[in-house]
Amino acid sequence: MLTTEVYINGAACISPQKTIENIGIPAEVTELNDALYLKCIEPVYKKYIDPMVSRRMSRIVKMGIYTAKSCLENSGIEDPDAIITGTGLGCIEDTEKFLSSIILNEEKLLNPTPFIQSTHNTITSQISLALKCHAYNITYAHRGLSFESALFDSLLMMNEKSAETILLGSADEITPNTFAITKRLGHWKAGNVSNLELLNSSTKGSIAGEGSSFFLLSNKPASSTFAKISSVETYSNLQDAETVKKNAISFLQNNNIGIKDVDLVLLGINGDCRFDDLYYGLTKTIFSENACAYFKHLCGEFHTASSFAMWMAANIIKQQAVPDFIKINNVQVKKIKNILIYNHYRNLSHSFILLKHAEL
Amino acid sequence: MEELIEQLKKEIIEALNLEEINVDDIKTDAPLFMEGLGLDSIDALELTVLLEKKYGLKIKTADEGKKILFSVKTMAEYIQQNKK
Amino acid sequence: MHQKVFVTGIGLISAIGNNVRETLESVYLERSGLGYSEYLSTIFKNEIPVAEVKLSNEKLGEELGLHSSQAYTRTALLGLIAAKEAILNAQLENISDARTGLVSASSVGGMDRSELFYKEFLHDNNKGRLRNIIGHDCGDSTAKIAEYFCINGFVTTISTACSSAANSIMLGARLIKNNILDRVIVGGVDALTTFTLNGFNSLMILDRQPCRPFDETRSGLNLGEGAGFLVLESERILEKKDKKIYCEVKGYGNACDAFHQTASSPEGDGAKLAMLKALETARLSPADISYINAHGTGTPNNDLSEGKAIENVFGSSAPFFSSTKSFTGHTLGASGAIEAVLSVLAIEHNLIFPNLNFSKQMNELKIAPVNRLMKNIEVKNVLSNSFGFGGNNTSLIFSKC
Repeated sequence: MLTTEVYINGAACISPQKTIENIGIPAEVTELNDALYLKCIEPVYKKYIDPMVSRRMSRIVKMGIYTAKSCLENSGIEDPDAIITGTGLGCIEDTEKFLSSIILNEEKLLNPTPFIQSTHNTITSQISLALKCHAYNITYAHRGLSFESALFDSLLMMNEKSAETILLGSADEITPNTFAITKRLGHWKAGNVSNLELLNSSTKGSIAGEGSSFFLLSNKPASSTFAKISSVETYSNLQDAETVKKNAISFLQNNNIGIKDVDLVLLGINGDCRFDDLYYGLTKTIFSENACAYFKHLCGEFHTASSFAMWMAANIIKQQAVPDFIKINNVQVKKIKNILIYNHYRNLSHSFILLKHAEL
Repeated sequence: MEELIEQLKKEIIEALNLEEINVDDIKTDAPLFMEGLGLDSIDALELTVLLEKKYGLKIKTADEGKKILFSVKTMAEYIQQNKK
Repeated sequence: MHQKVFVTGIGLISAIGNNVRETLESVYLERSGLGYSEYLSTIFKNEIPVAEVKLSNEKLGEELGLHSSQAYTRTALLGLIAAKEAILNAQLENISDARTGLVSASSVGGMDRSELFYKEFLHDNNKGRLRNIIGHDCGDSTAKIAEYFCINGFVTTISTACSSAANSIMLGARLIKNNILDRVIVGGVDALTTFTLNGFNSLMILDRQPCRPFDETRSGLNLGEGAGFLVLESERILEKKDKKIYCEVKGYGNACDAFHQTASSPEGDGAKLAMLKALETARLSPADISYINAHGTGTPNNDLSEGKAIENVFGSSAPFFSSTKSFTGHTLGASGAIEAVLSVLAIEHNLIFPNLNFSKQMNELKIAPVNRLMKNIEVKNVLSNSFGFGGNNTSLIFSKC
């Protein structure tokens, strides 16, 4: 666990909801029920990316750069002291492209561009290139903890006082091939299901999604401050409901926060009945009297979905309002000071993130 | 030759994904790299692949490549002289 | 208070040896691991030299006592072998006796298996054995190592191309220094794949001959494979133990070249910054460095850029330097760790490794690498460079205690 208080002074998100055009939580949820997976609503990239540069880029790279630049713009920072990102599968579209090309062309006359673009740190390095930023830059690619690892490193840097501003983010994309493979692996619901039917689902599988979120972290508050990020804790093992409960209690205790002080519990419920009990195990017991909400019906399930949760939480604290379309219960909250995010990826990895009101 | 030049410009636009550029925007004699279109080393590799795939012509050395890929004109001339 | 970070265990597998002892043997014999691939399925099998680990997946699985190597990618197998050696070497009987983490690295993860899957999947989405694709992502081999050694706390994977494993070591050191963890197993792994072989071939930076880093006639790199792991422990937990300490992780630095996606800047700006940052965190001056284990891939671009950067940092009195990639090939995501282990060995045995195949100094540089093995040289501080695509540059400094 790492605890240190850092301000979120900028935030942006591209997701299957209208999050990038509004630059904030949209007023209503976009229902998606006729697609295999939740695909992002993408902006016109020309605003932030020169066509001579974007011509080589796959969707994930464009999404990542656009989100990063939008975040920087709304934070007023041009030159962060570090750029730290996470991605579960990296630039999978270009990886598939090059791999397919090798097979179809029998290793002859291969175009190099998709290979170059397939490296996991393409997004981070393209951002550095665009900003001419020579600072620390790292990409984490560790499945369901890719974003949390990046967040952890960011908090560590702040703790070390080796950065005053950090551009932290994540990106993951879904492609038809990746969807087909993970479908065969049993990750997704059979048939087309509405993203609004994930709560209390009794069937296996979730809905695949994708997205990119970026944050500008700073050791000082600003007029653009959304919230404070206070702590992150990760686990890399299979757990049962009891263990999750114990870990949640311990996380809060280590952060000197009582259960009743958690104004909102934001959970990674994804509609897969095999795994959601770990969440409901919390809402029915220790958090039965707290306002609880979920987010994956908005962004879908993917390795770095927790960054979408953090983006939501930061906006909720800033606006001091919980949108109805994410609520799981009717517990009313007056002032939103503390938000606890709990997410797991298929019970293989778990994370707790604590966000607080900046109290400026 | 004119037809080849026109064709080549279209192929360059496609191979390098120059979405915002038209055939008319590419000056036949202008340098393709550094100035002119401002292409880079990755584009040089892509054009090398293009020449071999479409025209069966293999660039053997980097120096040779620099001369052949200098402009659309030099590319067209190379193709004319060596096309199989 | 900042904790000092010590190396207490090392493990290594590459084309020049399946463990540390075999590696040293090859070094003393100045025997490179380059040759033609035995296991890769490629049209370039007998055309492009690579540095392949001389064990099949089955043999690797047997070494590990696995019931079946089928469930593991070659990447995971290589990683497990090296991690196991490091952990045994560090005499870690009870891994949960201290706050322990694992930070590994890879550039293409389980691609060796994904390629097999895709061959069938491409023609029919219902084809392809699923067990060949579930280990695709970079985090898979890390997760396998964590599972094998029961490491449940902080576990993660870094993927920044060729600097990946150096970044893992840097993160591990920072976690200990800042008292977040007491012990971190750090390293990286990559297996040879048709994907990377064709990728680098399409960039026209593979040499059809054994590579010649820093040589005027150099014309590219040779790919390699392998894994390197180190056990890093804090001075606090070592106080109570009587354990062998190899050296200290004294400095580290990461910077972005921000010049071009694949090419390095002509003067090696990012490389220079990384080296300077490492010296700064180590509180050492350039004159304190005994040996530089260079990134030295053998490509015209890297070696010029890195050479210039070394000159800019060290001036005319650059220390001994060499690239060991003419021994091990360029092991991509593993290179930072394999070369870190070699740096530790340089300190332990007072060796300066030769830059094999070097004969002609580069016209643009005033400095030249060491071209024969040097023994009985006091090696106090080693600087190890790892520079990746995307301009991700990392330098580490290891120091004798």
